Amino acid sequence: MGRYVLRRLLQMIPVFLGATFLIFFMVYALGDPVAALFGDKAPDPATAARIRKDLYLDEPLWSQYVHYMGQVFGGHFGTAFNGQPVTELMAGAFPVTLRLTIVAIVFEVALGITLGVLSGLRRGRGLDTSVLLLTLVVVSIPTFVSGTVLQYVFGVRWGWARPSVAPEAPFTELLLPGVVLGLVSLAYTTRLTRTSLVENARADYVRTAVAKGLPRRRIVVRHLLRTSLIPVVTFIGTDIGALMGGAIVTERIFNIHGVGYQLYQGILRQNSPTVVGFVTILVIVFLLANLLVDLLYAVLDPRIRYA
Amino acid sequence: MTRLLDVRDLRVAFRTRDGVADAVGGVSYAVDAGRTLAVLGESGSGKSVTAQAIMGILDSPPAFVTGGKVFFQGRDLLTLSREERRRVRGAKMAMIFQDALSALNPVIPVGAQLAEMYQVHRGMSRRDARARAVELMDRVRIPAAAARAGDYPHQFSGGMRQRVMIAMAIALEPELIIADEPTTALDVTVQAQVMDLLAELRREYAMGLILITHDLGVVADVADTIAVMYAGRIVETAPVRDLYRRPAHPYTRGLLDSIPRVDQRGGELYAIKGLPPSPLALPAGCPFNPRCPRARDICRTDRPPLYEVSDSGATDAGAQGRASACHFWKEELHGLDPLDPLGAAGTVGPLGG
Amino acid sequence: MPEPCEPLQPCEARSDTSSDRPVDLAATGTATLQSGPRSRPWRRRPLPRLRWRAAAPRPATGGPVPGNRGLWSDAWHDLRRNPVFLLSALVILFLVTIAVWPQLIADGNPYQGNLAKAQDGPAPGHPFGFDLQGRDVYTRTVYGARASITVGICATAGAALLGSVLGGLAGFFGGWWDALLSRIADVFFGIPILLGGLVFLSVVTSGSVWPVVGFIVLLGWPQISRIARGAVVTVRQQDYVLAARTLGAGNGRMLLRHIAPNAVAPVIVVATIALGTYIALEATLSFLGVGLKPPTVSWGIDISSASTQIRNAPHMLLWPAAALSITVLAFIMLGDAVRDAIDPKLR
Repeated sequence: MGRYVLRRLLQMIPVFLGATFLIFFMVYALGDPVAALFGDKAPDPATAARIRKDLYLDEPLWSQYVHYMGQVFGGHFGTAFNGQPVTELMAGAFPVTLRLTIVAIVFEVALGITLGVLSGLRRGRGLDTSVLLLTLVVVSIPTFVSGTVLQYVFGVRWGWARPSVAPEAPFTELLLPGVVLGLVSLAYTTRLTRTSLVENARADYVRTAVAKGLPRRRIVVRHLLRTSLIPVVTFIGTDIGALMGGAIVTERIFNIHGVGYQLYQGILRQNSPTVVGFVTILVIVFLLANLLVDLLYAVLDPRIRYA
Repeated sequence: MTRLLDVRDLRVAFRTRDGVADAVGGVSYAVDAGRTLAVLGESGSGKSVTAQAIMGILDSPPAFVTGGKVFFQGRDLLTLSREERRRVRGAKMAMIFQDALSALNPVIPVGAQLAEMYQVHRGMSRRDARARAVELMDRVRIPAAAARAGDYPHQFSGGMRQRVMIAMAIALEPELIIADEPTTALDVTVQAQVMDLLAELRREYAMGLILITHDLGVVADVADTIAVMYAGRIVETAPVRDLYRRPAHPYTRGLLDSIPRVDQRGGELYAIKGLPPSPLALPAGCPFNPRCPRARDICRTDRPPLYEVSDSGATDAGAQGRASACHFWKEELHGLDPLDPLGAAGTVGPLGG
Repeated sequence: MPEPCEPLQPCEARSDTSSDRPVDLAATGTATLQSGPRSRPWRRRPLPRLRWRAAAPRPATGGPVPGNRGLWSDAWHDLRRNPVFLLSALVILFLVTIAVWPQLIADGNPYQGNLAKAQDGPAPGHPFGFDLQGRDVYTRTVYGARASITVGICATAGAALLGSVLGGLAGFFGGWWDALLSRIADVFFGIPILLGGLVFLSVVTSGSVWPVVGFIVLLGWPQISRIARGAVVTVRQQDYVLAARTLGAGNGRMLLRHIAPNAVAPVIVVATIALGTYIALEATLSFLGVGLKPPTVSWGIDISSASTQIRNAPHMLLWPAAALSITVLAFIMLGDAVRDAIDPKLR
């Protein structure tokens, strides 16, 4: 098991380097950060040259990247153009997004698995077909559409929730945005749980359990769920990436001052250090989440441990 | 005397996208306590489906039991409620499956899967059940049972896994065990060990055993009676010695002739020509008639019932009756050449008269 | 003691165990299936809709046995009867048609508007009302299909092609090609796609579809390559591939004749579903302002500008939103139906 962990950690490193380099390349090679700094005004050549030197912009790209990575490992993710260190910006925004994401994940997992199990067990009947249909429709509605519509319906028409979340973003106000964020993932989770359950219900070991004379409840809970939920758990891990993307949209719609919001602002204003810094951190978070999920998978499925 | 298991005219049909498939078309056989019945047949002959119908573990849909009775210790299982049937399973009758790797739950330790039997059917505590499970593993001769009780199925070898399956089946000392091709997935040497274990346990607990297989070699040592199945029906039943020496059905004769023999040097291997029919399209009359060297017109129109076979040369006179579903069982029994039944040319069947 | 039979004469049956009259299955069926009086009434479902007839006798050397079609004809057979497939295929056909010829059902001008009518509701000749700049929402919604369908189809074609080739070759040759490809794919997987889109497209100034298509292909091919690789690896281990190689087939022939046709099914399923998600992705990027930009007509752009005025004029948002959702739904439904038809495990 320990070797498995080590191996996964080692595999993560080149991926991390590659991903961050890709981002770096996209921002610095394809854009011009200095021009962005000055906004609409034309840059004064001397100042421009000095800034270039400070940001190592004159050196070849790979060298810039190396400098940047060196700073990252020292905990410095750069300074936004307004002077604030990126880490400070992140520290302010991260808890908010974290709360939002927690609401979304709890919603997705609790409701998704329940619905998936219920419809998987009653395959072909009324509940199953309606769940399948409903999830299909939900998957087809992009988050920004459902967010805007639900914001209107619940926030404006019916007044059940605040259409625009307060800056401190308490949990109660994050309920609606959290549900919006988790909606598409909920649909995927439900379908995956259902499919996994249906597939495993036909497995030989379930037939053995029936032949052993075990009561149905025990077969479902102890045998079926135990194996069927494994792919669902791994899916939720990879889904974190989708949630990050969705958070940008949700935060924009509900005016939540989280990571997505800051990132979006950074992009709008071509604030390259912010963008690169934030995305780097997000990539780290994503990779770590994937690693955790892989470890969890090994815990749940003993066949993997000894591979 | 009530027989342990008495299956009468069992019929099972499958609803498929291409129509209704008659998987089992009227099967009758019986087992007594302490005896072994071997059910022999090719893949697709319906032998496993029959066993699953007896156990009550058919997937329904697409399978449906459409007729017949299954008397177990005098009660017709098919008329019991789901709950009553469940209580019989595992405790009174148990099943051993072919592929232990897929038949055991991959994510639960083996000891826990064994202990489950005691926890569910006998209400034992977890600790007691675990202790019994280790004893069980010892009984089926799994080395270092206590240490291995926490291991998972994929960590065992094929033979050991099959022993675990056997342990699970005998855990509650059932009266009847159905073994569905228990050794097909194993090497020959391991096969022999597992079969020995099964025979020993059967003797010790005086259980009835139904052994389902397609392997004639395995059957000869272990079985008391053999029932040969073809296309969802029984075509012959006989005590084991009698079947091997004097089969009364052309299909059985064909199977026996297909076994390569050491003294058959230089000749071509015999195989029954043709293939078994699809259950969706069974031939009219006797289902074996397209491949049968003895087929006559009546075989193509009238399905033969199970005729009672009287055999003056029987080794075990008066024991299990013999039966054969062939209109011309007498010819077959006496080894008459189908092309020359009156023996004018003086030829006899390959296995002698 | 039964009479000894004469040779050549069928013997009289003495056994009472068999019966060969055709069984009235409807009658016996319920008796054996249902348990005793304690069974719950709602379980007493009669054998439904089964045309129970004893298997009709067929001649011994009859024609082809039913059920022996190939994978594709079986799949097509199933698809033809699947209402989900038929419905979604129809909708997609319609969408593709109006993407190519929007003038067929909309004869207005999507680019110019009458500011005096901004945010007005439906009027004769303008069933969906007007948007912020007085343009006809109906016309813009119809024209919006063009951008979405184009992006969807081109991006999927590109990602599927690139992904299948790279993934298929990696799966076929194995070794360190495979390892290299897996690492590269992991790198792309490490970047959540919307994040990457924001970063990449924010530096692009063109508002046409091609940067979006290019980006989606760039970040979408790993998903397809993984599926393709898995499929090729599975097929490669089959016996018929080994047999072909033993018969002397070279790599090229193996790939084209044996492996590709059998490995393509899962790729088709994933690509069809991915098409739906790519359309949603493009709309999201346009909504955020980094995807398509005016003057290109896109549902995402319309929804974005309409969202600020949703209280006053919901119609500006709801029609493009509905069109977008229906489009994505049609493709995902199609992919679902295709998967149900092709996946042998679900048969």
